[in-house]
Amino acid sequence: MNSNRLRSLPHLLLALLLTFAGAQQALAQAAGATADVKTQGVVPGATAAATPATATAPAAGGGDAAAIAAGDALFKGNCAQCHAVNEQVVGPALGGITKRRPISWILPWVKNSSKVVAGGDDYAVALFNKFNKQQMPSFALSDKEITSIVAYITSQEGQANPGVTAQNAAKTDGADAGAAGGTEAGAGKYVDILLIVLVVVLIVLVVTLVIIGNLMKDVLRGRKDLDGRDIEILEQRFNWSKFYHSPAMRGVVGTVFALVLLYEGVQSVMAVGLTQGYQPTQPIAFSHKLHAGEHQINCAYCHTSVYKSKSANIPSANICMNCHSQIKTESPEIKKIYRAIERHQPIQWVRIHNLPDLAYFNHSQHTQVAGLQCQTCHGPIQNMEVVYQYSALTMGWCINCHREMPLNTKDNKYYDNLVKLHDTKNAGAPFTVSSNGGTECSKCHY
Amino acid sequence: MKYWKGIEELESAPEFMQSAFAEFMPVKESHESSDATSAPRRDFLKLMGFGVAAATLASCETPVRKAIPYLNKPEEVDPAISNFYASTYFTGSDYNAVLVKARDGRPIKLEGNPESPITRGGLSARAQAAVLSLYDGGRLQHFAVKKNNSHEKVELPAFDREVRSKLAATTGRIAIVSPTIISPSTKKAIAEFATRYPSTTHVMYDAQSASGLLQANNGVLPAYDFSKANVIVSLGADFLGTWISPVEYAKQYVVNRKVSSTKRTMSRHFQFETAMSLTGSNADVRVPVKPSEIGAVALALYNAVGGNGGSSSYTNPQLTKAAAELSANRGSSLVVSGSNDPAVQALVAAINQTLGNLGTTVDLTAPSNVRQGDDARMAALVNEMNNGTVGAVIFYNANPVYNHPLAEKVKSGIAKVPLTISLNDRLDETGSLCQYAAPDSHWLESWNDFEPKRGYLSLSQPVITPLFATRQAQESLLHWAGNNTTYYKYLRANWRGVTPTDAAWDKAVHDGVATGTALPAAPAMLMAALSPAVAASQISGAAKPSGIELALYEKVGLSATGCEANNPFLQELPDPISKATWGNYLAVPRKMAVENKWEQGDVIKVTANGHSVELPVLIQPGQTNGTVSIALGYGRTQAGKAGDKVGENAAPLAMTANGIQYMNVVTLAKTDATSPIAQTQTHQTLMDRKPVVQENTLAKYKENPKEVTEYEKVATPDGLEAPGKVSLWQDYQYNNHHWGMAVDLNSCIGCGSCVIGCQAENNIAVVGKQQVINRREMHWMRIDRYYSSDTHKDSFDTKGKVATYAAMEDPSENPQVIFQPMMCQQCNHAPCETVCPVLATTHSSEGINQMTYNRCIGTRYCANNCPYKVRRFNWFSYYSNEKFETVNGHMFTDLGRMVLNPDVTVRARGVMEKCTFCIQRIQLGKLEAKKQKRRPKDGEIVTACAQSCPTEAIVFGDMRDPESRISKLLRREDGERAFHSLDSINVQPNVTYLTKIRNSESEFFAKENA
Repeated sequence: MNSNRLRSLPHLLLALLLTFAGAQQALAQAAGATADVKTQGVVPGATAAATPATATAPAAGGGDAAAIAAGDALFKGNCAQCHAVNEQVVGPALGGITKRRPISWILPWVKNSSKVVAGGDDYAVALFNKFNKQQMPSFALSDKEITSIVAYITSQEGQANPGVTAQNAAKTDGADAGAAGGTEAGAGKYVDILLIVLVVVLIVLVVTLVIIGNLMKDVLRGRKDLDGRDIEILEQRFNWSKFYHSPAMRGVVGTVFALVLLYEGVQSVMAVGLTQGYQPTQPIAFSHKLHAGEHQINCAYCHTSVYKSKSANIPSANICMNCHSQIKTESPEIKKIYRAIERHQPIQWVRIHNLPDLAYFNHSQHTQVAGLQCQTCHGPIQNMEVVYQYSALTMGWCINCHREMPLNTKDNKYYDNLVKLHDTKNAGAPFTVSSNGGTECSKCHY
Repeated sequence: MKYWKGIEELESAPEFMQSAFAEFMPVKESHESSDATSAPRRDFLKLMGFGVAAATLASCETPVRKAIPYLNKPEEVDPAISNFYASTYFTGSDYNAVLVKARDGRPIKLEGNPESPITRGGLSARAQAAVLSLYDGGRLQHFAVKKNNSHEKVELPAFDREVRSKLAATTGRIAIVSPTIISPSTKKAIAEFATRYPSTTHVMYDAQSASGLLQANNGVLPAYDFSKANVIVSLGADFLGTWISPVEYAKQYVVNRKVSSTKRTMSRHFQFETAMSLTGSNADVRVPVKPSEIGAVALALYNAVGGNGGSSSYTNPQLTKAAAELSANRGSSLVVSGSNDPAVQALVAAINQTLGNLGTTVDLTAPSNVRQGDDARMAALVNEMNNGTVGAVIFYNANPVYNHPLAEKVKSGIAKVPLTISLNDRLDETGSLCQYAAPDSHWLESWNDFEPKRGYLSLSQPVITPLFATRQAQESLLHWAGNNTTYYKYLRANWRGVTPTDAAWDKAVHDGVATGTALPAAPAMLMAALSPAVAASQISGAAKPSGIELALYEKVGLSATGCEANNPFLQELPDPISKATWGNYLAVPRKMAVENKWEQGDVIKVTANGHSVELPVLIQPGQTNGTVSIALGYGRTQAGKAGDKVGENAAPLAMTANGIQYMNVVTLAKTDATSPIAQTQTHQTLMDRKPVVQENTLAKYKENPKEVTEYEKVATPDGLEAPGKVSLWQDYQYNNHHWGMAVDLNSCIGCGSCVIGCQAENNIAVVGKQQVINRREMHWMRIDRYYSSDTHKDSFDTKGKVATYAAMEDPSENPQVIFQPMMCQQCNHAPCETVCPVLATTHSSEGINQMTYNRCIGTRYCANNCPYKVRRFNWFSYYSNEKFETVNGHMFTDLGRMVLNPDVTVRARGVMEKCTFCIQRIQLGKLEAKKQKRRPKDGEIVTACAQSCPTEAIVFGDMRDPESRISKLLRREDGERAFHSLDSINVQPNVTYLTKIRNSESEFFAKENA
């Protein structure tokens, strides 16, 4: 009996192997799905909204589009630190401000709120007290500018994404992509469960079959009317030794082994120096998911130089203090910032994206001129609790994008003639970065 | 006409010809690789095994890199964005208004300030290199007091207390010794110090003294305007290179030297001088004279233009011609002299007066302030120090122990003064002898004001907080005088008169320059001016020296004060004429060398004043027969790692009889030693073809501008054609930009400012003397200097056979000089591109020949195939190989690395590099334009060389833009002066040269081209 059981073991193993192979394949498919998300992330949808000053927000609440656009920039530059449109941040939500207060009240308030409070305006005093007697700073804005901000706020009232600015509108694309990724991930989970169920069913089936087989054999052995040939068939055993010694078998196994080794070897060598997925622990547990994702704070609010400089700077502590002088002051993580300021010891973040010195990369070229989204290269940053390196940052990765990406020539006089020249010569072909010399060596290496 | 780069080439010496076209000298590397010869193979294998394992391990883990933001970011500072601040460079010799390029809070480059009415955007080589001096680790980094023969660090309050009490207790005179100070506020601070300690006197002396000139003009230095002069006669004044205010003068000079088919006039420039100077090499007529003859020349000229000074011993047909032309251009001519003899200067002043040049080319109402030193006062102080009547002496950026001819007496004097304080930035030759060292901050860390010319003010502002525990000298003086204010507040208060409002002050700080006057008048000279008659009799009465005469001169790179000696950029800047780097030498005429059987590099002992120096011989074409010359500013012993023991100090050889005279009679004796001179002159010799460089005469140009340039034709089946017509190559199409450069050889004076500008901009390594000798200098840009002489057998009829043959025999007697800046020509049909096996050098869609360092594997095929020899190979890791730590130290320390341009890679060993047309600037300019949604404006994108050029000889721009300066220039000069170097090989360079036009009456050109 024992030997019988053992005899069936190879079958069992084979079956298991097959099941796992199937599962692997399914997993690979799932990985393929995420890869799709990645490529989707690389081709950004809304590039037009990248320029903060000139971005046109949809005029939902009516009003002059130009004023709204101007208001958008002003809002981001002056108000967004403390206010959102539909959500209370440091200060109250500004949505519906025109219904609550007349413009004649808003103007002096923005220009000098403490004067209004001191003037004994009831609403102002109540507001002042409600927000822990924290003063709103004075802004040297003209009446027209304030009106345009109000126009912008009105246009943004009650939109699906609270406090959406042009940047954030663009970002929601990324968010959508992330969400799509999420649903796909959800689907992946179902597939996983399905697979596990299948595997279990298969195992049960195989075990049942083996048991039935053994039972049948025992029954047959019990019968006396079997002739020699039948017994031979019944007692037939697989010749493992022959299989083991077969040159074909050895050849196949050897080749597969060699190929796998080679593949793994090449892969591991190619990965030397690659840090995709690098996710170091930072000295302060700052969450992009919370700030950029939930609170929809514009990337450029903290990374101030991303539109004008080669480097998208890591914010200085004084930028944190714009909000955190008031918000969550008791958090142990925030206290680290206070300590840094008190001790005059700058915070030493761990750098995640490290390009070699021989490669020149300029953020402003990609954000301000090309109008790319941060997420294009940095991935779903608004979902990252701890930031990791999303893209490979290899030369191949750069070059591929430069080959495929059409130039953002819209409304840019620099490109006007070039576009004309390109269109007359090879109309139809997209005017990509590389067709304007974007893959030449000295564009990045000097 | 024969062009030659050096004596070796002229003589076609076999040893030279052997290696003339080799890119590098065969190097005996024994001193460099001794370890490799003895290391056995097994060790090598062990090391290799270990190395591979280490490399594998190292590559597994990415090093953690930190990103550290500001705590509180200043509003105007953004990471990776350069800010420019206006400031002023003046270290006691030449004045330059500068813009400081600061990146992330550290100065990385200096550029000319176009707002300045004096230097108008030009910048000298010295000023270009000054940014490196800020990060000089040789500076004294704290206050120190001398105890037991060594300076020990002390805390500031204790230091101040001690100095104050000692000063208060001083009996006898207190002297402050400094070079010329042109800062009104500094002078006020010194005056305040003098009020507190009434026995104080301030003595200024200049290592490149203009005492004689000051004396002749009653204590002021006339302002000259070379742009208004049609005839310029210079008696030994190197006004384009080193004399008084070279950048200002070069700017003026070149106004009247530029020609075009619509302006076919030029000034005529006569130069009488001993050593071949930068100015002499640019002169139309150069006459070699002995230093002792300058007086006689001045006297002869004075007589010839109408003065009456008795007879002169000097006659020369060129002098007669010069005098005639001067007389024909009354009011628009100019005579200057570099002599420090008051008698000569008195005559020169009289000549200018006779010619009616006062008020036109010579201005005494807005005089220059950059030389105020009085030799007589300094000499008197030295004597008093030795007599023991001086109670305290303060040296403020003055190093007389090194650079004064009476150095020995200064040294003995210091020992006798009870209190000695040094405000010098380092423990130099003088500072190390002083008891107290209160190091001054660098000018890039300081506030200061300047009045280089009466009525023209200028400011310097700190661009970085002091790197070391130093304090501005002015603040030290004020503190000791009991005034505890900061120098900024002091200066600001002092400027109330010029900038009454905050807005006016802000504007002045922003512009860096202002108008107004604040400098108190310099003290009167001890000696009164001589009358022309007295001067004439003094000159004709002077004894004629017998023997070999020595002329001491200043290099374009290093000043006679020696204060830049520890700046390796300047040490490696080739002298414009001799192309020698790293050290001085004894320049001798060829005749003297032949007679004495001296060869280049033989060490000669030069003795004068009982002092002798040993220097190698350099055969200098154009050096006056019977004279030798030595450069000042070398042979420092306590300058720092790079500057110590480079050359010899020749200052003690000067005469000190009647002020400092930079000449003497010397005895020469050959020693057995030889010492190689690191010259770059015959390195990178171009292919031996004629039209590398072209020149012609003004007469010819006036006649027909279309005939001054020789355009080569190549033979084709259809007859002679321009080389560009025949090509195997496909032409590139440039849709976007087509960058090009034009170099006007008429405007280029060869000053080398571009070379240093390029070096600072592009992180070019300094390689040191031995590597220069090995022909491995790394400068991306060089200025080729060719000698030529116009003696030709055509002059048999006019000058006689014997004389002509004699002249032909020695063309190096007084050759003509032509300069040609040579950088990568960015060929459209680049020979280097086709031979690179790994495509590391390729052509861009904007016409640039790109060099990709990370792709280069170092085959050097490209360098071999380059007809212009402009590619440079990294033989070593100049940033980490300890052999280069002395000369290239700034790339070794965190302190020094702050000067590197973060936009340019530091090249690794084994890769080729070359001029990129400052691609980083092009890319930045294009990006700025794109961000503003417009095309780049002409002049917005310029290379570092074009930008630093004081004479605007280099024009850079987009040739696709029909309205750009370069397009207009090339359209204008096409078929006239525009030519490509080596046109016939049809590599189609994007660099165009404009033929040099000489205003000399050479029959040679006329005959050759007729």
